[in-house]
Amino acid sequence: MSALVATPVLVPLATVALTALAAGRPRLQQVLSGLGSLALLLCALLLLGQVEGGEGARLAFGNWPAPFGIEFHVDRLSAALVLVTALMGSASLLFLASDADPGRRHPLLLPLLHGLLVGVGGAFVTADLFNLYVWFEVMLICALGLLALGARPDQLDGAFKYMVLNLLGTLLLLISVGAVYAATGHLNFTALSQAAPSLPPALAAVLLTALLLSLLLKSGAFPLYAWLPASYHTLPGPVLALCAGLLTKVGVYAVLRLTGDVFAPVPALLPEALGWIACATMLFGVLGAAYHWDMRRILAFHIVSQIGYILLAIALDSAAGNRAALFYTVHHIVVKATLFLLAAMIWRYTGSYDLRRIGGLFRARPRLALLFMVPALSLVGIPPLSGFWAKLVVLQEALARGHYAWTAVALLVSVLTLYSMMKIWMEAFWKDHPQKGWSLPRNTRLAPAWCATLSLAAVTLWISFAPQALLAYAEAAALSLGGGR
Amino acid sequence: MIPLLALTVFVTVTAGVYLALSRDLFRCVVGLAMLGAGANLALYAAGAKGSARPAVIQKGAEVLADAANPLPQALVLTAIVIGFALVCFALVLLLRVMQYAGSDDADRLRLAEPRPDDPLKPPSHSADCLPVYPREDRS
Repeated sequence: MSALVATPVLVPLATVALTALAAGRPRLQQVLSGLGSLALLLCALLLLGQVEGGEGARLAFGNWPAPFGIEFHVDRLSAALVLVTALMGSASLLFLASDADPGRRHPLLLPLLHGLLVGVGGAFVTADLFNLYVWFEVMLICALGLLALGARPDQLDGAFKYMVLNLLGTLLLLISVGAVYAATGHLNFTALSQAAPSLPPALAAVLLTALLLSLLLKSGAFPLYAWLPASYHTLPGPVLALCAGLLTKVGVYAVLRLTGDVFAPVPALLPEALGWIACATMLFGVLGAAYHWDMRRILAFHIVSQIGYILLAIALDSAAGNRAALFYTVHHIVVKATLFLLAAMIWRYTGSYDLRRIGGLFRARPRLALLFMVPALSLVGIPPLSGFWAKLVVLQEALARGHYAWTAVALLVSVLTLYSMMKIWMEAFWKDHPQKGWSLPRNTRLAPAWCATLSLAAVTLWISFAPQALLAYAEAAALSLGGGR
Repeated sequence: MIPLLALTVFVTVTAGVYLALSRDLFRCVVGLAMLGAGANLALYAAGAKGSARPAVIQKGAEVLADAANPLPQALVLTAIVIGFALVCFALVLLLRVMQYAGSDDADRLRLAEPRPDDPLKPPSHSADCLPVYPREDRS
């Protein structure tokens, strides 16, 4: 059933429409939004089951033959990411039912959140370069809406900075898409991959560089990551977790799709440059995190740093590298979102995101402290958690390719990540609360929050203790990409 | 046609970058709008080679022959619509930001940043905005 291919867009789009229509009735809106996210999860699972066996599923709109119409194409890579997207959507929406930093209840909050899922899902399944640009714009306007929704001065400030840099990115993407079309006469990924080898190498390098530059800006890579830590921390907790988990990863996915699949093999200079950019991204992200005291800012800088690892895996320019990139992306989305959600719960218990003003949670909520350890140590890469396997496959391939400098940087960044995570743990949990006589707030409504974070932690633990399943899947996904040809 | 388009794109993009780099927030948004116009022109130029005749099948003919490529024009149209919406949003956002910040200077747009007197280090005893607690308690 090929209509299933369009569901990552159609289901959230229908939910956007329904929740917008139900804007006047909050309870109904919530029910519709929950049903929408469950339907998306179900469709993503079905889609995964469909592509697992064979070649992947295609859908050409209007039945236009291959290079002319707009095509959606779901292979293993896309299916896995769509499933993670659906999972994150459900977890964040569930979390939103708690009172942990939910932000202002605006009637447009839920439609915009699902709109974000439309953009992310569309970007993951499309097989058309211009269509990819459109999905980036959908994500941009929804993210801007979510940023500006609270209408606090700092949110508007963050939204403005986010907008200026991301608009620059999409304009650059638009120009490079136009240039690619002018050079090849195609926008369809399959047609592009057939036309790419006949391009003059210099022209191909220039086109790819322009495309990658805009996509790297979108993924928050060095040196154009300033928009991310400047704006993310103004979002309310659950929305922040969704944005942090998904938005930058779409840029990374597009980089992987273009270098590893559509334009593979790419000119040798590009992976080399990408590798150094990845190293700088890792290092500057983690150093920025070390400086800050606001949990959200620390974690936002860690997004940048972790993006560096995924880009490093892509820069290895091999099937094993692409496998590592997919594994790392899945692990990272889950872990990062969990950390942001847990930060929102810490905020609910202690009343602040600023590590200098909080503490004493280990004594008051020891289980939360243990739960925090799972994603935190996984992000660092402590065995046997999922981050360890993710880093292992990246660094194994980096060493196999002889990139010792990149490996060294990655290991150093791991140590610094440990420092940041321990900083949060020591300050928020271990030390006493700075106010004498502080006690936990009464009447918290955190059951949905516990439910969401425990499920995500369970996913992390599943990846940790049974990494073979995901590794084998990622291997099959990487081999079906152009890089395996 | 192409050299003229190239020159126009060059001028538009140059002006757009110059304005977008300005510290004046309004100029910055206008610069982005001009950059968007430059991008649209570049996209248009992608299909402006070859024939310039309208893409209409002549009477009696079966296939489209010797006509301009209509696809880039459709793409440009999409991009214009998206760009227009974003510029409108940007202008409204800009107005609100300027109201809150009381300034149109990008350097003074620090509403989302830590307070300038925030030491961003472990607090000292005198930090007024932070709870005071003795350092030695934590060692």
